[in-house]
Amino acid sequence: MRKPKRIIIREEYCMGCRLCEVYCITQHSKSKDIIKAYRGEEPRPVSGIYFEEKGSVSFALQCRHCDDAPCLEACITGAMYRDEGTGMVLHDREKCVGCWMCIMACPYGVIKPDFGERKVASKCDLCIEAEFPACVEHCPNEAIILVDEEGERIYKEAV
Amino acid sequence: MDGTPDRDFRVPSGCGITGIMNRRGRAFSGEVILSSICNMLERGNGLGSGFAAYGIYPELKDYWCFHIMYQKAPSKDHAEEYLKDRFRVVHHEPIPTKRVRSLEPVPVLWRYFLEAEDGGPDEEDFVIRSVMEINREVDGAFVFSSGKNMGIFKGVGDPDAIGEFYRIPEYRAYIWTAHNRFPTNSPGWWGGAHPFGILDWSVVHNGEISSYGTNRRYLENFGYYCTLSTDTEVMAYLFDLLVRRHGLDFETVGNVLASPFWSQIERVEDEGRRRLLKALRIAYGPALVNGPFAVIVANSKYMVGLNDRIKLRPLVAASKDDFLYIASEEAAIRVVCEDPDDIWMPKAGEPTVGKLEDEDG
Amino acid sequence: MAKAKYRPEFIVQRDDEKCIRCQVCVRMCSNDVHTYYPETDTVISESSRCVGCHFCEDLCPTGAITICRSEPQIKENYHWSGTEVYNIIKQADSGGVLLTGMGCDRPYKDYFGHMVLNASQVTNPSIDPLREPMELKTFIGGKPEVVVIKKSSEPELATQIPPQLELETPIMFSAMSYGSISLNACKSLAKAACDFGTCWNTGEGGLHRDLLPYAHRAIVQVASGRFGVNKEYLDAGCAIEIKIGQGAKPGIGGHLPGEKVPEEVSRTRMIPEGTDALSPAPHHDIYSIEDLKQLIFALKEATRYEKPVGVKIAAVHNVAPIASGIVRAGADFVVIDGIRGGTGAAPTVIRNNVGIPIELAIAVVDRRLREEGIRNRASIIAAGGFRSSADVVKAIALGADAVYIGTAALIALGCHLCQKCYTGKCNWGIATQDPYLTKRLNPEIGARRAYNLLRAWSLEIKEMLGGMGINAIESLRGNREQLRGVGLNEVELELLGIKHAGEAW
Repeated sequence: MRKPKRIIIREEYCMGCRLCEVYCITQHSKSKDIIKAYRGEEPRPVSGIYFEEKGSVSFALQCRHCDDAPCLEACITGAMYRDEGTGMVLHDREKCVGCWMCIMACPYGVIKPDFGERKVASKCDLCIEAEFPACVEHCPNEAIILVDEEGERIYKEAV
Repeated sequence: MDGTPDRDFRVPSGCGITGIMNRRGRAFSGEVILSSICNMLERGNGLGSGFAAYGIYPELKDYWCFHIMYQKAPSKDHAEEYLKDRFRVVHHEPIPTKRVRSLEPVPVLWRYFLEAEDGGPDEEDFVIRSVMEINREVDGAFVFSSGKNMGIFKGVGDPDAIGEFYRIPEYRAYIWTAHNRFPTNSPGWWGGAHPFGILDWSVVHNGEISSYGTNRRYLENFGYYCTLSTDTEVMAYLFDLLVRRHGLDFETVGNVLASPFWSQIERVEDEGRRRLLKALRIAYGPALVNGPFAVIVANSKYMVGLNDRIKLRPLVAASKDDFLYIASEEAAIRVVCEDPDDIWMPKAGEPTVGKLEDEDG
Repeated sequence: MAKAKYRPEFIVQRDDEKCIRCQVCVRMCSNDVHTYYPETDTVISESSRCVGCHFCEDLCPTGAITICRSEPQIKENYHWSGTEVYNIIKQADSGGVLLTGMGCDRPYKDYFGHMVLNASQVTNPSIDPLREPMELKTFIGGKPEVVVIKKSSEPELATQIPPQLELETPIMFSAMSYGSISLNACKSLAKAACDFGTCWNTGEGGLHRDLLPYAHRAIVQVASGRFGVNKEYLDAGCAIEIKIGQGAKPGIGGHLPGEKVPEEVSRTRMIPEGTDALSPAPHHDIYSIEDLKQLIFALKEATRYEKPVGVKIAAVHNVAPIASGIVRAGADFVVIDGIRGGTGAAPTVIRNNVGIPIELAIAVVDRRLREEGIRNRASIIAAGGFRSSADVVKAIALGADAVYIGTAALIALGCHLCQKCYTGKCNWGIATQDPYLTKRLNPEIGARRAYNLLRAWSLEIKEMLGGMGINAIESLRGNREQLRGVGLNEVELELLGIKHAGEAW
C-alpha cells in the first residue's frame, strides 16, 4: 500500500490563531473566496481541521489517513475508501448515507457531522483538489507541515 | 606660475610606463628609455611625464642628492637655509636644462649633494622626515628626488619635450624608468608628474587607487604623511615600509599589495603557505591596494613591476641578455629591443623582479 | 482629579464588510484590544489598549484591520507635544520612572542620511560582484604591526597572530539577553549566525543550555551584574565582551523587569524567579581604567589567551580617549554603541537624551587610535540603529571593522517597534517570556528570516563595493574618501573627516 503524504503537527509552534480552520473552510467552499465563504454562502462548509487547546498547549488536528483506518471498517456503504494511487483515506459524499458510524469509530475524533445540503460525514481530504493543503499553506507559524512518504518535508515554494 | 593649483586635488593617473634595467649594472644612455616612452605618446596627453635614473652621479655617489623645484625665489632661500641646518651641503648646482619653448614657464630647478651630520642607523628615516618637512613647511619648494646616485627628472609636458629639457640622452644609468601621463583634471604643477620618489625609491604608476583613503591612513600610523595629492605617493611609501622597514621580499610584497583572493588561498595545498598568506591578509589588510594599477618601482638594487590583483592595467615584460624590460605595451619594448629572448605578460599580483647582480666575487 | 484617562496612541480601524468574525484578532492580542460579542455578532476594538504592534493586522485573513497612528491631541503648541504632556500626567499618577523599549526615537540629526557614497567611472572601472570575486571576509581581533617571515627553503610564518574571529560578512547580531528576548528569538539569531558564518552575542542573560549547539559562534558578555558568568560560560563562547555600557542607556546597567523572569531565565541568570534583574550601573570592580585592564587579563588568563576579549561602551562625549584607554588596557576589540542603540527596558528620559550619534563616535575613535598609532591593536565594532546595508557601508568607510545589528535583526523576526518590550507582552513572541506568546516565534522561521537579512545586506554591500571599484572590504575600512557629506556644516565635516559633496579628490 502506498503511504500517503501526511500532515505533521508541531504543537510547540501552534499559537492558537485558528487560521487553519478559516482557510480549510474557504478551500472547501464553492467560491473559494474567504469573505463570500463566510458571509455569502449557505451552508458554510465544515472545517476538516479541528483546533484543541489546554493551557498554553494547543494544536489543530485532522484526519491521519491511518494505515489501519477504523473508519474504513465502519463504513457501511463504501463511501469511505482508500485511494490506491495516493494511499489517502477519502470520502465519497454521494455514497454517504449519514449513518455516522465512522464518526464513532475514529479514535482521533476528526470526522464531523455535516448538516449542509444532505446529512453526511465530513473530514480532511488533504485538499486533493488543490495544489497544496490550505491549512499547511496558511499556518502563520508553520505549526503544521506536509511530509512525503519518506517523512521529508514538502514546501509549497522553495525556501 | 601662480602657486600650485592642482596640488590640492588628487589626480588619478591614466598613462604609459616603461622601465629598463641592466642587471649587471652597466650604464646605458637615456636615449633608449626616451625611445621607449615616446613610442607610447598617445597614452599621455602632454600634461606630465618624467624619468628616474640610477647610477647617474658616480663621483658623488655617497651623498644624498636632492632635486628641488622652486615656484619663487624666496622659497629657494628658505629651503637652502633649512638644508644647511640639517646637512652638510657638499655641492649644489642648477639642474642642467635646455630651453624648450613648449614647456614655458618652468620652475627653478636645483640639485644638492648632502651629507647627514649625525648619520647613524636612523639616517634614512631622518632624510624622509626632512623631505616631508620641506614639502610641508617651505611654501613653494618641493623635493622631488632624494636618493643616492640617482635622480628623478619630471615636469608638465610630453616625454619628448621633458626628455629634451632635462637633456636625458646625456645621462647614463643602469636602471631607467619613465612615465607619460594622462591626468583627468588640469595640472599646472610640475611636482604632480611621475615618477614619485622617496630615498632611492622611484615609482611610475598607471592606475587609480580606490583604497587610497584606507592606505593613506594606514601609512600615517608609521609616520608617512601623504603631502601630494597623487595615489602614487602611497605606493612608494608602502614599498618603503614593507621592504625597507619590515624586511619583506618582493614576492611577499606582491601578496600584500595585490593579495590573492580567499578562494585562491583556500586552494593552496601547502598548509604552511596557506597560513602565511592568511596571516598577511589579516595583518596587512589596510595595505591592500584596491583599484587598477600597473607600477614599476625601482631602487638602487632592484626594478620591480607589479599589477593589481585582477590586472586591470596592462603590463608586459621581456628580457634579453643582461637587460630586463617592463612596459605598458609590447611595442614600447620592441622599439628598443627588436628580438627579446623572452617576452611575457606578468600575472595579476605576481611581481616581475630585476635584481642587480653583485660584482664578481 | 485623581487619575487621568490616557488618549490612545493608535486607533484600530475595522472594515466591517471584510470582517468575517473569525476572531483571530480577539484570540491573538495580548493586550485584549478586541472583544467578540456573540449576542450581536460584532467585534469591538478598545483602541486605548492598542500598542501598535500590528500583529492582528498581519494575521487578519481578509485584511479588515488597519492600525492607524493617533497623536494625543492638545492645543497646537510648538514647545509641548502631546507625548510630553501625557508623560507628565503618567508621572503625576504613578510617581515613577517612565520606561520604554528599543532605541531613541527623537529627531537628532541622522548623519548616515547626510552622507553619500562614491562610484568609479572612466578612470577606474567599477567591479561587477555577480561576475567577479567580491570579498567581505572580516577578522575581529588585534593585528600585528609587522609579519615576520622565517627565511628557509619554504618561507614560514614566524609572527604569532593574536586570536581572531573570522566572519563571512562584517555584520554580527548585537547583544540581546535571554530574558529581554525569548529563547526562541535567541535560537533564531544564533542559528542564522552560525549558518551564515558570523557571530551572535548572549547579552547579559547567560547562556541557556539549548543554545549550546550555537555557542561556537557566540560572543559571551560579562556585564556588571555578572549574570550567568562561570567557567563553562567563558569557555563555551568564541569571544568575551565586557559590557561597560550600552547606547540606549549610557551610565546605567541592564534592566529586566520581574515579569520577564520565570524559572528558565532565573536558572540561566542565576537569580531568584520573579525578581527585577537590575544590573548595577558600574561594574563594582571597575572604577578606573587600571581595574578594567585587570579584568581583561583575568578573563584572558581564564581562557588561556585563546579568544579575543573586548569591551563594549556607549558613545558619550569622551568616547575617543576612553576607547584609547581601553585599547591600551589590552582589549582585542572595542564595541561602541551609539545613541540609537536599542534595549528591552530603559528609562525614557535616559534613552532619549544620553549619548552621541554613532557616526561621529566611529569617526573620532578611529582618528584618535590612528593618531596614537594603536589602531591595529583592536577592532572597532559599531552598533546603534543600523537600518540598511548603506548605513553599514558608511560605518565601515568611517573606520569601523564590523557592525552589530540589534533592532534590525528583531524587525526581521517580526518586531514593529511598538517600544513596549518592558511589559513582556510582545505579541510577536520576541520580547516576552510568556509561553502563550513565545510559541508564536518559530525559530526555524526566525532563523530563516534573520539569515535572509544577512544575505540581502551582504549582497547589497558587495554591489556598493563593486561600484566603488573595490573588491575587498579591507580597502573600504577607514576610506573616508569614498564618503561625501550633504547638508553638513564645517564642524560636522571636520569631525567626520569627510569632504562635502561636489568636492573632488
